[in-house]
Amino acid sequence: MAEPLLRIERVSKTYGERVQTRALTGVDLVVEKGEFAALTGPSGSGTSTLLNIIGLLDRPTSGRILLAGNDTSGFDERELTNLRARTLGFIFQFHYLLPAFTAIENVMLPAWGHEGFPSRTMRTQAEELLSAVGLADRMHYKTTDLSGGQQQRVAIARALSRRPSLVLADEPTGNLDTESANGVFELMHSFNRDNGTTFLVVTHDERIAARCDRTIDLVDGCICADVRKGKIPRELPLS
Amino acid sequence: MPFAWFVALRYLRAAKGQTALILAAVAVGVAVVVFLSALINGLQVSLIEKTLGSQAHVTLHVPREVPRLLVAATPERGIASVVLPASQRLRSIDQWPATIRDIEHTFGVMAVSPMVVGFGFAMRSEAKEAIVIRGVDPERLLTIIDIRKRIVEGRFELNGREVAIGSSLARALDVGVGDKIRVTTTEGVDDIVTISGVFTLGNEGVDKTWLITSLRHAQSLYALPGGVTTLELKVADVFDAERVASTLRARLNLDADSWMGLNKELLTGLTAQSNSKVLIQFFVIVAVALGIASVLVVSVVQKSREIGILRAVGTASRRVLAVFLIQGGVLGLLGSLVGSVLGAALAKFFENLVRGPDGAPQFPVVLNLTLFVSATALATAVGLLAAVVPARRASRIDPAMAIRNG
Repeated sequence: MAEPLLRIERVSKTYGERVQTRALTGVDLVVEKGEFAALTGPSGSGTSTLLNIIGLLDRPTSGRILLAGNDTSGFDERELTNLRARTLGFIFQFHYLLPAFTAIENVMLPAWGHEGFPSRTMRTQAEELLSAVGLADRMHYKTTDLSGGQQQRVAIARALSRRPSLVLADEPTGNLDTESANGVFELMHSFNRDNGTTFLVVTHDERIAARCDRTIDLVDGCICADVRKGKIPRELPLS
Repeated sequence: MPFAWFVALRYLRAAKGQTALILAAVAVGVAVVVFLSALINGLQVSLIEKTLGSQAHVTLHVPREVPRLLVAATPERGIASVVLPASQRLRSIDQWPATIRDIEHTFGVMAVSPMVVGFGFAMRSEAKEAIVIRGVDPERLLTIIDIRKRIVEGRFELNGREVAIGSSLARALDVGVGDKIRVTTTEGVDDIVTISGVFTLGNEGVDKTWLITSLRHAQSLYALPGGVTTLELKVADVFDAERVASTLRARLNLDADSWMGLNKELLTGLTAQSNSKVLIQFFVIVAVALGIASVLVVSVVQKSREIGILRAVGTASRRVLAVFLIQGGVLGLLGSLVGSVLGAALAKFFENLVRGPDGAPQFPVVLNLTLFVSATALATAVGLLAAVVPARRASRIDPAMAIRNG
């Protein structure tokens, strides 16, 4: 069997020097290519920490992350940046667009920042993505002139701009009204269906989680449930 | 456009108020530097010109004659002697045309003028004045002192027995253009000369004693056919005079005096002035650097989340570094361009503001391209340097931390 897109082995994360907080306690997780998975859990259960570690933004205290066939344990900062740029896309709860730039510039920035110079393909691709998220007529708007839902769509376009194999979304619909939230979710789902992009979505919204193909439930820093749609739930012992 | 430039310029444009404020601060700083330099340089040049107006930057003459013992002392024989100072006679510089060619090819020398300088008396009826007779090649003298501009009466023409005299001397003898006076040299030669021009060099000692005549005439007055006693030099940089003098002293077996050696007190004053100028400029530059640095530090803090996102989506930290270095450099460059114009305008305004009774500026300013280029280069470099700390800080932002705490 081919190496999965993401494999996490016995990952733990401890914060603090004197008073130690264990955010993750020996998490094992495998995400296959093409999955659309929800990562759920009450706040403080370690979902954000796990997402940061998978996103190579944070290093685990112990354990290994294998992303797209790369063991990241030995990587230095530059190699992590490179791997991040090549394989990952990020969607944050607060869209985190750069306010000084227009929508299309925001979508182009990851590739531009990685390669140094802009290119025609970069622009064409950004235009296609913005059209795909329904913002063809808002490309040259400053992001501050867009509504919350529109900004989150730009953020999705940005996350997909480098054709990442794995998109990490941290409560992408968290601060949107129901209608916008549905739109954003549908958009992500369609990219998953049509292009086979893998998504890992952290959400507190049960309805959103229910519509994902797989639900990974995190409690107190370890996975207590991992349910694939159409399969019988596999209960894990609480540790 | 390269990523770093694009982002840097956009950040500067987006924070218009902040950018305008710091540009104004840099511009004011650079304007002060430019204005101060222009003013002090101008004052120094005018002070030197007024003081040295009549004096060459470097003067070369035959070394003093020293008495020699005719018998040498040996280990077996000591000598007791009374040495009288040698009497100094007027001597010509040996092979002076060749010496002039040599000097003209020396680095830093602008012009050389050969002369015969001697002493004597000028007489008209009962009036009798001690004078310095200077026999010159008029064209060459003009390259050292522009005496034509200092002529107050008549013209600067030295044909045959024509001479030009200082205004105070003319007053003392009560003579004017066209009058004849009698001249007696220390060699005992007598002659009648015609005054063709009266000049004022602004130095009483000079205006009271100088009588300028042609080289040939002076040679005959002092019985030095074909000879010259003194070579006067103009150098490119007045503060370089001592170096030129010592170079020539070592090479030519002639005595060389620079204006710096002869005007120690003036030089001390000028040096102190230059030092205070440098000190003021240094503090202004430090203030400019602190201004740029503080604005960029604030900007880095404000944008730490944005920087974190850029880093998270794959921007290399060296590009983040470049974004802020470019901002510092651009602020320095733009600010100094505005500041140079401002400083120059201020200097010109000041020059026109204070005028003497003759309409000439009291505070002449010296503005040159070097000043602008060096001010601009300095401000740009200072901007870059000031940006180093904020830029390093930005490039080290931990993307996860910035996003978590955002």
